Amino acid sequence: MSEQSAKFGTPAKVPAWVNLALIPFVNLMAAFFISGIVIFIVGDNPFQALEVLVYGAFGYADAIGYTLYYTTNFIFTGLAVAIAFHCGLFNIGAEGQALMSGLGVGLAALYLDFLPFWLVIPIAIFAAALFGAFWAAVPGYLQAKRGSHIVITTIMFNFIAASIMTYMLVEILIAPGGQSPESREFEAVTWLPFFHDFLPIPETPLNISFIFALLLSAAFYYFVWHTRWGYEIRVVGQNETAAKYAGISPAKNIVLAMFISGALAGFVGVNEVLGVHHRLILDFTGGFGFVGIAVALMGRNHPVGIFIAALLFGALYQGGSELAFEMKSINREMVIVIQGLIILFSGALEHMFRPKIEAFFKRKSTTQVAEA
Amino acid sequence: MEEFQIFITLMDATFRVATPLILAAMAGMFSERSGVVDIGLEGKMLGAAFAAATIASISGSAWVGLGAGIITSFSLSMLHAYACVTHKGNQVVSGMAINIMVAGLAPTLAFAWFRMGGQTPALKGDERFQSLTLPFADAVRDIPVIGYTYAELISGHNIIVYMAAASVPISAWVLFRTRFGLRVRAVGENPHAVDTAGISVNAIRYQALAVTGLLCGIGGSYLSTAHGAAFIRDMTAGKGYLALAALIFGKWKPLPTLLACLLFAFTDAVQVRLQGVDLPIVGVIPVQFIQALPYVLTVLLLAGFVGKANPPKAIGEPYIKER
Repeated sequence: MSEQSAKFGTPAKVPAWVNLALIPFVNLMAAFFISGIVIFIVGDNPFQALEVLVYGAFGYADAIGYTLYYTTNFIFTGLAVAIAFHCGLFNIGAEGQALMSGLGVGLAALYLDFLPFWLVIPIAIFAAALFGAFWAAVPGYLQAKRGSHIVITTIMFNFIAASIMTYMLVEILIAPGGQSPESREFEAVTWLPFFHDFLPIPETPLNISFIFALLLSAAFYYFVWHTRWGYEIRVVGQNETAAKYAGISPAKNIVLAMFISGALAGFVGVNEVLGVHHRLILDFTGGFGFVGIAVALMGRNHPVGIFIAALLFGALYQGGSELAFEMKSINREMVIVIQGLIILFSGALEHMFRPKIEAFFKRKSTTQVAEA
Repeated sequence: MEEFQIFITLMDATFRVATPLILAAMAGMFSERSGVVDIGLEGKMLGAAFAAATIASISGSAWVGLGAGIITSFSLSMLHAYACVTHKGNQVVSGMAINIMVAGLAPTLAFAWFRMGGQTPALKGDERFQSLTLPFADAVRDIPVIGYTYAELISGHNIIVYMAAASVPISAWVLFRTRFGLRVRAVGENPHAVDTAGISVNAIRYQALAVTGLLCGIGGSYLSTAHGAAFIRDMTAGKGYLALAALIFGKWKPLPTLLACLLFAFTDAVQVRLQGVDLPIVGVIPVQFIQALPYVLTVLLLAGFVGKANPPKAIGEPYIKER
């Protein structure tokens, strides 16, 4: 080991924890630091804000339930963006895909509620995945076959999804006699069980979608690193030319990756529509799709990292609403600022701190070798 | 004659809607021709719109507001350059970071400063850019077709609309007829060759992004101080992305890009007129579908009619100097 790293020209190994924990942590701190400055500019005390935020996210049982409920959404969208990243694609359309999945869930729950729960719930979940997957696979296909820029098509699909959703809710699915654009409440048979239904905890929106998200994370790990499909997707993402040379079709894998990505984003509809609201409403996606980008970047496209990042954003969302309530100059958009800064520091500026930190640890390891 | 008048009104609306698209598309042209993808046009315009409305409202002058808008957009552009050129970060991620950051920051600051639910105060009088009447417009109005067109369509816009119109030939001239333009294009096609010639790739990309910031700032300020009369959250509504689509559809060339912008704007103008109109055969189209028209058109154009697009060869790739 010591001989290897002492050899001239071979890169000295940086300890794994530096790569996986320290660098993301430093990037996160930088984002928080700038957020603190913004809070100071708008005229509030950043430290007090942090205190309110942490208490609002973890301080009492209700808060933890809400935090984990938001976390569920972010695990779904984080995994969705991550699988696309593994294929070298940037899926900005998780928002629209989640919206379409809500439509799938809604149609299933509204028109198939005569079925028993063990039939209608799986159908609704399947519909969510299928609608989301379709909404992502079309831009994927256009990218693979027609060369249309996937970033632009997915953004356009977000706008189109919003239009379709508004149309469906205003004109077709609106509750009879209702004024606001929302569907009637689903029959209770379609509802997903809440955690507070079977655990002695206060009433929160946390439902079994959370367990589903954890299972999906494990499946994601297995799929990406231990199946041929996952391998092919990663090869295409790393080097399309090499993939072609190895007989792997980039087009097929781009469509497949987007299909899976959309299905994963689609489970937001399950958590929100089937788990919490029990009716179809406008804007239930609440920006979760865009947060998925930050979650995937921070989590380095790995399920464990994504879980931690999703928990952080869950806390930010829940603590953020407490913040908007408690502090005089802060509103909910502050969370979006923090989200943007995290994308900036852990995505775009990821090479800013890295060389310095790596150089520090390399120097340390070489001096140790010299001493030995 | 009545149909002609409707056509002129439609074109008039088209020009107004096209202005921010054209400015943003020309801005994107400098960035992308130098090899830097700029998905952050949206955020830069939104930032400029907010700064322009805020400062115009405080100072009472639309011109001071425009200056603030340009400075804001310029700063964001430099941030993009710092991330993508200096630190070789992912350009799409950087652009998206700027978009999301501004989408949060603008309403946050507006809320803290004005307490109007994320908006800025309505602008009146000199706080906005007013429409200009070109010379002789009133005199020639009665001349059929030509005079009428001049008075109704060419005259009567605010100054930024004319700036947008001028930005196309000026951008074309700078990019294709000056030394700076040649270097920008060269850096986007083959940065190694430019480096070999002893010119700094990074410096040229920084300069190109500075121009991007300037043009985008004008486009953003237009939204809040000329077209509208205040900053409203998310007021760009995807215009930055549409501009980018127009740029791709126009194959990174000034004139085709201008035509693509006008096409998108025309769709939008038609969209407004089509709402609630009973069309033959199809009947009344639901308003939501009509509103989605520009976005659907963008997807269709990118998917079907771009043909063989020839993007700048080094686009999206950070330049790493070989040692």
